[in-house]
Amino acid sequence: MPDKDVAVIGVGQSAFVRGYPGGIRELCFEAYREAMQDAGIPSKEIKALIVCCAPEYDKQRSPSSLIDEYLGLTPAPAFMVESLCSSSTTGFAIAYSFIKSGLYDVVCVLGFQKMSEITSQDVQERMGRGADVMWESPYGTSMPAYYAMYAQAHFANFGTKPDDLALVRVKASTYGQLNEKAVYRKKVTFEQVMESGLVSSPLKVMDCCANADGSSCVILASADRAKEFSKKPVWVMGVGQSNAPMNLASREHMRGLECARIAGEKAYAMAGVGPHDIDVAEVHDCFTIAEILAYEALGFAKPGEGPQLIRDKETYLEGKIPVNVDGGLLSKGHPIGATGGSQLRTIVMQLRGEAGAIQAPNAEIGLVHNIGGVGIYGNVIILGR
Amino acid sequence: MGFEKFGRKSFTAITKVGEYVDKLESGQVFTTHCPKCNKTYFPPRMDCPGCLSGSLEWVKVPDTGKLVSFTNVKYAPTGFEGDLPYLLAVVDFDGFRMFGRLVSSMQGTDIKVGMTVKPVVVSYENGQIAHEFVAAE
Ligand SMILES: [Zn+2]
Repeated sequence: MPDKDVAVIGVGQSAFVRGYPGGIRELCFEAYREAMQDAGIPSKEIKALIVCCAPEYDKQRSPSSLIDEYLGLTPAPAFMVESLCSSSTTGFAIAYSFIKSGLYDVVCVLGFQKMSEITSQDVQERMGRGADVMWESPYGTSMPAYYAMYAQAHFANFGTKPDDLALVRVKASTYGQLNEKAVYRKKVTFEQVMESGLVSSPLKVMDCCANADGSSCVILASADRAKEFSKKPVWVMGVGQSNAPMNLASREHMRGLECARIAGEKAYAMAGVGPHDIDVAEVHDCFTIAEILAYEALGFAKPGEGPQLIRDKETYLEGKIPVNVDGGLLSKGHPIGATGGSQLRTIVMQLRGEAGAIQAPNAEIGLVHNIGGVGIYGNVIILGR
Repeated sequence: MGFEKFGRKSFTAITKVGEYVDKLESGQVFTTHCPKCNKTYFPPRMDCPGCLSGSLEWVKVPDTGKLVSFTNVKYAPTGFEGDLPYLLAVVDFDGFRMFGRLVSSMQGTDIKVGMTVKPVVVSYENGQIAHEFVAAE
């Protein structure tokens, strides 16, 4: 049984869309409103606000202060955390420690990104600088290019094929069609993925998730406050974090993401569970290869055997470990700072038995794997009911 | 000054390892080594996290290395559109690894993980300079 010290008592998410028709403050309010209605608490109960986003997508500097004001949370202290695409699970880890330490009893973690303020090419330029700006970016780097090199290495080391990657996208679309908050809700066939154009070999257009605007909100509380407010608190069992060197050249191998493997080990150890105990998982599938790497990093498959899991459909709802049955980043879109909070929301709903058409059977323990940059930051969170 | 000449487009001008660019201009690819820790670093650096020394020495990169992985980029970030398509790679030199491009003449050739490549100095038409890698036959 998990230590019942810190619980999630409210979750919310905006629709993830191509171009949100409003400013960042309004975008943030969408997720906040849903999470506060879910938690059923007045705003005076929020003792601290952690805003999670990556810089340079919109013009607002120090956004946490503005958002604190717009949500009506001042004088509660607010600050921003950033770990690229894993910002909101980093915020979650800090919120956990705030509550565990007794400093605050209720904390709001709000992630957002409004990527549509700049062009898609400029987004790639920002992301390319989410790498070693001195020694890598001068060659013209981008997220697809980096993950493509991980894919190429996996192909060479383990015989993985483009077909295996396509199967991941087909699964994502199977569930993405059911998610009304997803940016991409069309059915995708195996042939469509295989016929889509190359972005950075071997990754094709349909191996990549879409940029999106979106926000997510997770409200955490101490055990006492959770019991006071919530009929279905979801408990934090494990929090694991790790970093790999930013520069690919400084990493020891390219067979998988070490930051994810180490974060997973830490989270499992803290929770006192192993891969076989996980009933449902959300992993960071910014690219199809990333989901296969996640299977292996988290121990759902042995190193090199991730492709077999998707070939056997073991990560579908009916399989032994349902993964990304909300459509994943590939369907939902990936508004950088909001992504981890969206993953947490899905797992919380699964553990409460409120996931509707995508409900995993008897989900008691769930896992979130959220990666910042190309395997730079690894966050793994394990939740239990 | 000096480092603004590194790569297709540099985002850094001042560094303690600016000599790297001087070495490239003389046709050589170097990196740094800590004699105390007997460790070679890439990217080159003047500070050793192992022994806290602040004066590492320049050493020549070996003549050949093995290709760890690569990609053929078809969609470029802002500022690199004119180079498309281009090849990015990680190369292992038995003790350290380097990041860079494979030379443009390798486009369309049979590139394989594990193949032997050698570092070369490439000058671009706008005066920029960088290390790249070429198949060693
Ligand atoms: Zn040293």
